Amino acid sequence: MSLLSVEGLAKRFGGVHAVADVSFTLEAGEMLAIIGPNGAGKSTCFNMINGQLPPDAGSIRLDGHQIVGHPPNDIWRLGVGRTFQVAATFSSMTVLENIQLATLSHGRSINRFWRPMANYSEDRSRALLDQVGMADQSGRVCGDLAYGDVKRVELAIALANDPKLLLMDEPTAGMAPKERIAMMTLTQELARRRSIGVLFTEHSMDAVFGFADRLLVLARGRLIAQGTPDAVRNDPAARSAYFGSERAFEGIRT
Amino acid sequence: MSLSGLFVQALNGLAAASTLFLLASGLSLIFGVTRIVNFAHGSLYMLGAYVAWSLTDRLQGVFGFWFAIFASAATIGVVGMLIELTILRRIYRAPELFQLLATFALTLVIKDATLAMWGAEDLLGPRAPGLAGAITILGRRVPQYDLALIASGPLVLIALQLLLTRTRWGVLVRAATQDREMVAALGVNQAVLFTSVFALGAALAGLGGALQLPREPAGLSMDMTAIGDAFVVVVVGGMGSIPGAFVAALLIAEVKALCIALGDWQTPLGFVVAFPKFTLVAEFAVMAIVLILRPWGLMGRPDVAIRPQATTSAQLAPPGRGYDLAYLVLGAVLLTVPLLVETRSYTLVFGIDVFVAILFAASLHFLMGPGGMHSFGHAAYFGLGAYAAALCAKALNLPMWSALLAAPVGGFIGAVVFGWFCVRLSGVYLAMLTLAFSQIVWSIVYQWDGLTGGSNGIVGVWPTSIFSSKAAYYCLTLIVCGGATFVLRRILFAPFGYAMRAARDSVTRSAAIGLDVRRIQWIAFAIAGAFAGLAGGLFAFSKGSISPETLGVGRSIDGLVMVLLGGVDTLTGPIVGASVFLFLQDQIARHVEYWRAMLGLFILALVLAFPAGIVGTIRQWTFRR
Repeated sequence: MSLLSVEGLAKRFGGVHAVADVSFTLEAGEMLAIIGPNGAGKSTCFNMINGQLPPDAGSIRLDGHQIVGHPPNDIWRLGVGRTFQVAATFSSMTVLENIQLATLSHGRSINRFWRPMANYSEDRSRALLDQVGMADQSGRVCGDLAYGDVKRVELAIALANDPKLLLMDEPTAGMAPKERIAMMTLTQELARRRSIGVLFTEHSMDAVFGFADRLLVLARGRLIAQGTPDAVRNDPAARSAYFGSERAFEGIRT
Repeated sequence: MSLSGLFVQALNGLAAASTLFLLASGLSLIFGVTRIVNFAHGSLYMLGAYVAWSLTDRLQGVFGFWFAIFASAATIGVVGMLIELTILRRIYRAPELFQLLATFALTLVIKDATLAMWGAEDLLGPRAPGLAGAITILGRRVPQYDLALIASGPLVLIALQLLLTRTRWGVLVRAATQDREMVAALGVNQAVLFTSVFALGAALAGLGGALQLPREPAGLSMDMTAIGDAFVVVVVGGMGSIPGAFVAALLIAEVKALCIALGDWQTPLGFVVAFPKFTLVAEFAVMAIVLILRPWGLMGRPDVAIRPQATTSAQLAPPGRGYDLAYLVLGAVLLTVPLLVETRSYTLVFGIDVFVAILFAASLHFLMGPGGMHSFGHAAYFGLGAYAAALCAKALNLPMWSALLAAPVGGFIGAVVFGWFCVRLSGVYLAMLTLAFSQIVWSIVYQWDGLTGGSNGIVGVWPTSIFSSKAAYYCLTLIVCGGATFVLRRILFAPFGYAMRAARDSVTRSAAIGLDVRRIQWIAFAIAGAFAGLAGGLFAFSKGSISPETLGVGRSIDGLVMVLLGGVDTLTGPIVGASVFLFLQDQIARHVEYWRAMLGLFILALVLAFPAGIVGTIRQWTFRR
């Protein structure tokens, strides 16, 4: 049984089919990229899997359990971590406090009214920050961080509940090329080591072709091609949909 | 109940709906374009009635009367324009809380100005010349003037729709309602657009007030009842939607009229149900049902309601041990005060007031600062606590300690019920709903003579013998308020407090780490309500009597000023703010006749000059060095 299996997913906004009849599966430990031009329906797909948007049709199964209709906070409890296209952290708290809160929420220990949060799960939170290379900035306020660092904090937050599945909406947007490779290497390593399934979208072709095990190509809400990076690179439909030219993917390093 | 009686009440409802619509359409229009919720809208309505009284007094005859009505509307339009030019223009980019507060300050200034110019007595207006009689419909007499009023609502609706759809100005207004930034980017002179919209909205409120004059006398309480009703109409109809305001005004006015028409109903079980007493509850019920089904109102749009937060919140660092120590030392020092002064000293009375105010402000700060929910009706929970305590002591003859336990329970229950609705909204919608709820509580307390003593309130609520001396009661309030404020602070830095701030900082991120945002906000609401209720209970026993004023809008605003005075993003803010506020009020009220206007001007100065509050401003200064 696949970790995530999506069947016939569809969403309409007014007359626009943002996502139409999309089906795919994702295995544990696999890196699956969704690519496509702007407006192809990538973020809409994410928001439906994450529970933020109710789909009009289709099923989403996590470990065989139907998750359509559950709110985002429930879906998180089932083991789905999420990072956002525009990175979102709690800007009035320090980096460490962000992670502590996520860890506490994972342990269902939010409804505590007396002992200071500083006394809870500090070691585990620091370990998570260490994994994403943010341990030395744990005392800084998130509102003051550089954007690339906010993205790393987001990843640490997403890892706090030992997720089975990570949903990463443009994990490297706004990062310098060097940081970008480091971020993707880190994600790949985590996916392999903890056998987390990772579903991510990207506009950076380096990140996609360098790190994805498989690719899904969306255009106008429809899945037009899928397969290994090599297969997609040679797929004429994918090429023309992506940049309107069959030479779109030439010269991309893998 | 006869059919004709029902019909007459329905006509009455239609007349009331027209007035409500005039009021709400202006409010909605102003919000749509400037994104400012004009709390002073009820005051402009009241001012319209007063100006009309003066003008109709001088101008006689049919022509004179109608000229006076429209001249009143125009006058209020000019007043609105002046308000926009001098005050609102400076705060369009300020956090929305400050905008709300600035317009609230205006209500205080306008109220005192009206008092100074027209006096405290209600002023009875003239009957409309030519429409003073009544016509007979279905054997019942219907005032001709009511029919004219019924026509005015649809006429104004049509005029507004034509203005908005057929003129260039109207196109700009509609465009700005959808996307203000885009309109600015297209090179439209926003200053002129905003000023004219505000003037038009104000003129509509003035017209509503002037037209109301032949039906009811001009009085100083018109502003608050009007704004409460207008908020309910706008929330039900959908913010920024003129047709929505019309439909909502009709719906609410007719439901109210129906309650009156049903009259007293002899139930088969023997007791009597007095439907006219349900008018307020009916309004509440309509709003509740609409908000559950469509949180953005009948004809509003969801994207108008949700506004991205312009400012990121400042850090709130956990206090160190030094802070706790300083807090204890201060408490210990204050505890020695009764040894130093005379037993009946005013210092002790003032001290009690300050401690109660600190707890009230701290509970509001808890909700507003870290909770991110701007409550404009926090006095409701304070008052529910005070009434719960007073009723336990007087009606049930329970000992003081159990009455003091009932106080937080009273505030808690109110906050649980109202909070359930409030957490479904955010931003200005939430603020308006909290105010509407507190108005409803006020009206119920005011009208329920049998239980609450109506406008006289409950008297003779005195502490038991041990605490009957001022010194002993001083120590009790110091310990209880100090302890409760400490508990609130503990909660802020416990996991729950962080979850609350998380829900404020980013709703989507909170949901993505498994937090149930509504539930957290609901609990926060309940906690804040309970602590406000406790403050209310202590207040009741310190004064010996309570009246509806205990939970009036005035107290809610006092609380807001205390919190803002200290600074929303600081921990010591509510303590400093409440102390300074009470000191100032004490000084001003003793020497100045129009202290409300002074307070209003003070708030305006605060909002325009020191938006970070006392503690926040001091902190900024120290950082700059």
